[in-house]
Amino acid sequence: MATGTTPAAPPAPSPRDRGVRAPGRAAITAPHLRTDRWWLPPLVTALGLAAFVGYSTWRAFANADYYAAPYVSPFYSPCLAHNCVPMKGGADWALFGPWWGLSPALLVLIFPLGFRATCYYYRKAYYRGFYAAPPACAVAEPHAKYTGETRFPLILQNLHRYFFYIALLVAGILTYDTALGFRDTHGAWGHMGLGTLVLLANIALIWAYTLSCHSCRHIVGGRLRHFSRHPVRYRLWSWVGVLNRRHMLLAWSSLISVGIADLYVYLVASGAFDDPRFF
Amino acid sequence: MTSYEAHFKVWRGDAEGGDLRDYQVEVNDGEVVLDIVHRLQATQAPDLAVRWNCKAGKCGSCSAEVNGRPRLMCMTRMSVFTRDETVTVTPMRTFPVVRDLVTDVSLNYTKAREVPSFVPPEGVAPGEYRMAQVDVERSQEFRKCIECFLCQNTCHVVRDHDENKPAFSGPRFLMRIAELDMHPLDAAADHGLTRATSAQDDHGLGYCNITKCCTEVCPEQIKITDNALIPLKERAADRKYDPLVWLGSRIRRRGQ
Repeated sequence: MATGTTPAAPPAPSPRDRGVRAPGRAAITAPHLRTDRWWLPPLVTALGLAAFVGYSTWRAFANADYYAAPYVSPFYSPCLAHNCVPMKGGADWALFGPWWGLSPALLVLIFPLGFRATCYYYRKAYYRGFYAAPPACAVAEPHAKYTGETRFPLILQNLHRYFFYIALLVAGILTYDTALGFRDTHGAWGHMGLGTLVLLANIALIWAYTLSCHSCRHIVGGRLRHFSRHPVRYRLWSWVGVLNRRHMLLAWSSLISVGIADLYVYLVASGAFDDPRFF
Repeated sequence: MTSYEAHFKVWRGDAEGGDLRDYQVEVNDGEVVLDIVHRLQATQAPDLAVRWNCKAGKCGSCSAEVNGRPRLMCMTRMSVFTRDETVTVTPMRTFPVVRDLVTDVSLNYTKAREVPSFVPPEGVAPGEYRMAQVDVERSQEFRKCIECFLCQNTCHVVRDHDENKPAFSGPRFLMRIAELDMHPLDAAADHGLTRATSAQDDHGLGYCNITKCCTEVCPEQIKITDNALIPLKERAADRKYDPLVWLGSRIRRRGQ
């Protein structure tokens, strides 16, 4: 097929002769002619993501103030190291022995991080916001060469579905943590505090984001060619499609909610704030 | 009816060179950019070259860039601009220019020919095809395409990198592959053609970094990225990066 032809590698053109300024195209020196505030969305996106990365890095390495019974920070659950603080009935499994001296959050956060980093929405967000490929539509990107997701490391974006499978497990564990939020500090059921509501809102958004994933949409039914032969999977595909149309909204709201849930636990655990109790 | 004088900048020239020329031109209520370009032809620039046909957003001929944004001129209302705003009209900047606002879009026809066409199922004669509506409605969204090539024009993979043109078919033709791969009667796989794998290997699907500019500029509001390109990437991942799915499909070749 002609698309497979590999052109001989020509010398890289100078910035003034490549892209929209390449010979043969309309001779316009400006790299773009957009007059709107095209720079605003990638700027806001980059600032938002940078703020979350900064906050979560601090909290992940802090290794403190992540459990205030009955609430556990979503950054530290499941807690897989020997050095975790004891959590009554929580997902506290010491798979990593005393030799693990770093924060237990580092063992877990890699999976949600991988899920979000390979997410089709976040890819768009950081390709535009951080890598400027492209910064906005019809705005020239600054790179001399572009190979997209055809090579290592970006070809690994195709592993998104595996992170999705793990994200389902993590969401299940966070659901369990949320259920434990209905126990009081002594482990007795029948408690509800503001923290319970924070965890409930967070887990609802986490599930909505996870299930709105494009890989999920593909797995539940998108890969079929005959929906008529699989009515249940077609119905599931339709439902996931409704969520999928709001994937960006859910990506941001769940990112913010998980940060707020962690911050809430931090404030309660550090003694800066008392959890208001409803019953 | 009210009217006013608008300031237009229109690119004039050919492959040898050109520049943006200034025009003061009358604008009336309800007009679109193509109307103004036609008025320029009628009053001030009779040799201005512009490609157009239906004036209704259905033929895909009058693609251009208005204030730097890829758009159909016939579907860009003048009311979206303020009266003192300069309106800059240029040809699409991804394709070689022929003259003024007309570009050579033949690259797209080359890419179209490279997509293997629908393979009819064996034993079913034309006229005997029967498909459930629920099975074809995904593909029908892609059939709304009017081939204006605005998505091809705005895609940074080729807009900013001429060197990728041989390897990358672009969103319009990757969408065509998705359409055929989702077609309930396409029998390409029975003849050894796995369209999703071919999209990755032969048509440069991996170059797409799903930044959604194709979707943003589509005048038919086709969700190119969400409904065609990402599903195609997932289908390619089934075949190339998911050993479980690959193995399952080898063991049980279900007629999906």
